[in-house]
Amino acid sequence: MSTDSQQNAHSPVLEFKSSTFSVPVLVLVGNDVITIGQQLQEKIQQAPEFFKNSPLVFDLQELNKHDIDIDVTELTHTIRKLGLLPIGIRGGAAQQNQQALDLGIPVHSGHIARDGVYAANQSGTGAASTTASSPTPKQQIPEPEPEPESTPEPQAVAAITTMITQPVRSGQRIYAQGDLVILAQVSAGAEILAEGNIHVYGSLRGRALAGVQGNTEARIFCSDLQAELISIAGNYKISEDLKSPALNQPVQIYLQNHTLVIKDI
Amino acid sequence: MARIIVVTSGKGGVGKTTTSAAIAMGLAKRGHKTAVIDFDVGLRNLDLIMGCERRVVYDFVNVINGEATLNQALIRDKNCNQLYILPASQTRDKDALSQEGVGKILDELKKDFKYIVCDSPAGIEKGAHLAMYFADDAFIVTNPEVSSVRDSDRMLGILSSKSRRAEQNEEPIKEYLLLSRYSPDRVKLGEMLSVDDVQEILSLHLLGVIPESKSVLNASNSGMPVILDEKSDAGQAYADIVARYLGEDRPHRFIDDKKGLFGKLFGRK
Repeated sequence: MSTDSQQNAHSPVLEFKSSTFSVPVLVLVGNDVITIGQQLQEKIQQAPEFFKNSPLVFDLQELNKHDIDIDVTELTHTIRKLGLLPIGIRGGAAQQNQQALDLGIPVHSGHIARDGVYAANQSGTGAASTTASSPTPKQQIPEPEPEPESTPEPQAVAAITTMITQPVRSGQRIYAQGDLVILAQVSAGAEILAEGNIHVYGSLRGRALAGVQGNTEARIFCSDLQAELISIAGNYKISEDLKSPALNQPVQIYLQNHTLVIKDI
Repeated sequence: MARIIVVTSGKGGVGKTTTSAAIAMGLAKRGHKTAVIDFDVGLRNLDLIMGCERRVVYDFVNVINGEATLNQALIRDKNCNQLYILPASQTRDKDALSQEGVGKILDELKKDFKYIVCDSPAGIEKGAHLAMYFADDAFIVTNPEVSSVRDSDRMLGILSSKSRRAEQNEEPIKEYLLLSRYSPDRVKLGEMLSVDDVQEILSLHLLGVIPESKSVLNASNSGMPVILDEKSDAGQAYADIVARYLGEDRPHRFIDDKKGLFGKLFGRK
C-alpha cells in the first residue's frame, strides 16, 4: 500500500486538456422572466428527454444591445426549476456577470457587448494582423458555439494561437484554427495552414496558406522567404512567381485588391 | 539503461547497412554489449556486411513467430565477442513484422544489451516504420545530394510524429546527422552539396562526415565492417562518430580537401 501511495506522489494523477463542447445557447430577446419560463416550458415539452438536465448558456447580448435589463438571479432560478443546468452567461453587463458569478455560473468572456474586449476586436479591423499577433490569452473555457457576431468585418480574428517550436519537416502538415507561430524552419514539402496569420521565425521553404477559411485580412510573416507556395484566403503564388528581391529576405505577405503583396520588413 | 539506435535515411543506397555494421562494431569494440538487427526483411544484407551469412540458422521473423528463441537466432560476431547480429529473413516480406512482436524482442534485448542498433530498410513503409518506432536515438544517413536530403527531412518528420516517444509524449528521439559518401573535391567543383548546405536544410546536429572511399566497398565485399580497417579514412571517420556519440569531443575531419605534406608545404595549384 505504501509503495502505491509513494508512486502516486511522484507520478501525475491529472492533466489538463482543452476540448470543445456543443451546448445549447438560450438567446433572450425579452426580459419578462415569467413569459420566458412559460415559453421555455413549451419548448421542453416538445423534447423532454433532450432537455432533461441539459447544460445551458444564456446569452444577454441582444437584450443589452437594446438596453433592456433582466434579473439574472430570477432568470437562473426559473431555468433551474425547469430542470436545466445553466453553465454560463455571455453578453452580460458587469452587474449581470457579478450576479451570475454569485450563483456559481461562469462568465464567458470575449462576447461582452459593451466592453473593451469587443472594442479591441473592432479597432483591429484596419490592421487585423497587429491585434492577432499580440499574445492573446488562451481561452480556458471552451466556447460552446462560434459567435454570431454582429461585427461588420467578415471574420473576427480567432483567439487561439498555435505555437510550434520544432522544425516542420517535409511531409508534415500543420493546421491552426487561429494564428500559427513557428519558431523553427519549415522544410520543402511541408505544409502549414492557418485560419489566421502565419509567422515563421526561420526559413520558410514549404507551403504556407493563411486565412484558409476566407479571412482576407490574414498575413504571412517569415524571416527567410524560400516558399514553394504562399496563399492568403485562396489567392496564391508559387515559388516561380517569387522574384529575387523578396527571396531569402524577411518579408510579410498580405492581400490587397485580391493580389498578394510581398513586402520586406 | 539500454539505448535503441535506429540507422535510417528514407532513401536507399546511402549507406545505412554499412553504417549500422560499423557503428555496432565500434560500440562493441569499446566494450559495450551491442546487438544489431536487420529490419530489411526480404532483402537481407547486414549478414553479408558483417560476414556471418554462412552462420544464419534462425532469423528475426522466426523469433517474432515464436519458432525460435532470441538466443538461438542471435549470431555472435567472429571479430568481437561483445557484438551480436540478428539477421532478417530473406524468404518473407515486411508484413511478417508486427509492432507487438518487434516491441517484445526489443524489450528482451534491452535486459541484456547496452546498445541495440536497428538497421532500417529504405522507404517510409512498414519495415522502416517499425525500425524507428521504438528508437531512443536516430542516426540519419544522408548523401550530399538533394533527393537524399529531402528524403532525410521526411524521415525526420516521421521520427518526430510517429515514433513511440512522440505518441506517448515522451522526450523526443535524439537525432544525429551522418553525411556519407562525401567528397570535398566535388563540393569544391560545385557538383555536390557541402556540409553547410545540408545542415542549413536539415538543421541537425552533425555527428560526422564519412568520405567517399574505396575501402567501404572492399570492406563490404570481404564481410568486415569498415571500422575494423583502421588505416582507411572511412574506418577512422566511423571511429570518430562512435567516439562523439559516446560523448568524446573530437574535431570534425574529412570535410576539407585533404592536403598531403607537400600540399601543405607548397600550397596547391
